Amino acid sequence: MRTLIKLLAMIPFVGLLGGTFFANRVTPYLFGMPFLLGYCVIWVVITTILMMVIYKLDPKNKEGEAR
Amino acid sequence: MNSALIIIFAVMILCIYLGIKARKGKEMDLEQWTVGGRGFGTIFVFLLMAGEIYTTFTFLGGSGWAYGKGGPTFYIIGYGCLAYIMSYFLLPKIWRYAKDHNLMSQSDFFVSKYKSPYLGILVSLVGVVAMIPYFVLQLKGLGIIVSEASYGTISPTVAIWIGLTVVTVYVMFSGIHGSAWTAVAKDILILIVVLFLGIYLPVHYYGGFQPMFEAVESAKPGFLALPDTGMSPSWFVTTVLLTALGFYMWPHSFGSVYSAQNEKVFRKNAIIMPVYQLILVFVFFVGFAAILKVPGLEGPEGDLALLRISIATFDPWIVGVIGAAGILTALVPGSMILMSAATLLAKNIYQALNPKITDQQVAKTARYLVPVVALIAVFFTFKGGNTLVTLLLMGYSLVTQLFPTLLFSLMKRNFVTKPGAFAGILTGVATVAYITISESTIGSLFPFLPQAIKDFNVGIIALIVNMVVLVVVSLVTRPISVTSSKTETA
Repeated sequence: MRTLIKLLAMIPFVGLLGGTFFANRVTPYLFGMPFLLGYCVIWVVITTILMMVIYKLDPKNKEGEAR
Repeated sequence: MNSALIIIFAVMILCIYLGIKARKGKEMDLEQWTVGGRGFGTIFVFLLMAGEIYTTFTFLGGSGWAYGKGGPTFYIIGYGCLAYIMSYFLLPKIWRYAKDHNLMSQSDFFVSKYKSPYLGILVSLVGVVAMIPYFVLQLKGLGIIVSEASYGTISPTVAIWIGLTVVTVYVMFSGIHGSAWTAVAKDILILIVVLFLGIYLPVHYYGGFQPMFEAVESAKPGFLALPDTGMSPSWFVTTVLLTALGFYMWPHSFGSVYSAQNEKVFRKNAIIMPVYQLILVFVFFVGFAAILKVPGLEGPEGDLALLRISIATFDPWIVGVIGAAGILTALVPGSMILMSAATLLAKNIYQALNPKITDQQVAKTARYLVPVVALIAVFFTFKGGNTLVTLLLMGYSLVTQLFPTLLFSLMKRNFVTKPGAFAGILTGVATVAYITISESTIGSLFPFLPQAIKDFNVGIIALIVNMVVLVVVSLVTRPISVTSSKTETA
């Protein structure tokens, strides 16, 4: 489980950092934004989804349901 | 007196009111004052940490970068995203250790982990030297916002004095409770203002987002992506990475970690924070909208883009609301900085050098140091000149030098020794200073390297030097000195 969580957490690092070299362009427009900006925005959204999954998977969050 | 001014003053008064009211019913010892008695829930911690993102730098500077630099601006979104991922794993550990050892400041953490009050003094000095220019930047931003939004009727100087008085009063009175309550007002207002501007301006002037970017692209081809040299993709990647590492190393961000009531707060925040910072995209939109509508702002004047296009578009009362939001983006982080700097000076320098001083005296000293730090900042604001810009460039790199020592201290078996920690931080800081003052780039230091490496953020060099020295000195000194790791479980 811990390895899976670590792997999931690595994904945005690879995607956001590694992908920049390929995503550095203005067109085509993504959601009306320049391609590079749209690419960053997609990764932000993916990060939030991944963090949600990690939160659910992480046994640490099960203990003590208070707040 | 125009309607913009009335709104700005109303918000300042609201700030003092919230700031002072926040104290209600609390005995203000150092733990209450500086870390909120470790009782803040998800929302307060969220707002305090979000406070670090929405400073005047992002409000004016984010739109200013979009206006003047274009594509490279997008790094601001990238680094927060990666920093939040790390926060999920690091902050709960930091919080737990701080709670178990009753820590109050960032320096306390190093003192406790490495069993060295002198390391605490070093870390405090690095922190204070990095924070003061950062605070000065907030004050300068505040001055610009008020003088622009008041249509020139209030000078930046007067505005800075008023803003500083507000923040000093509520920090002395309520400490971090004051910051938390004003952070609530700030985030509500900034959310409304930024979404409104970022949607209204592109639609009003260009008929939508894509038409706006198409217009910018045809006027300045390639401006909306990264250039091939200079702020190129390799600059982008290294800058995002470095900035993400430094993100929580500011003493005031680190200190706000302690204010949480449990460690789950951070894991929850790590989910929401990334999308929340997408609001910054709308700040960029404002800067892009201004490119063709208020052209001709050169260099540092680009920071005026957001205010100039607002003044050209809206009635004074809307400008007043925008100005008020801008002021709050200066006051909230400003208050956190004032408080952390005062705590570091009182606890980790003054008390470390005079161990006989009681905790009550430290708490008192910290509060009386608030106006002192504020006055030092004012001095630099008006007299700083170019030194200030240099210090500011250094600030982020300086605090990033604390990261390796911190990271290793969280490991189960920390191999870093006391001399290793000292040597790493000192050489890192010295390298940052040298590079900044001599205005070196990787290209100027190593002209034989390929262009992609020349464009690396120069801060990487200091971090590498830091790590190498840290490891080497730790390995050499290892047999002699006692490592802190075996007392870790205590």
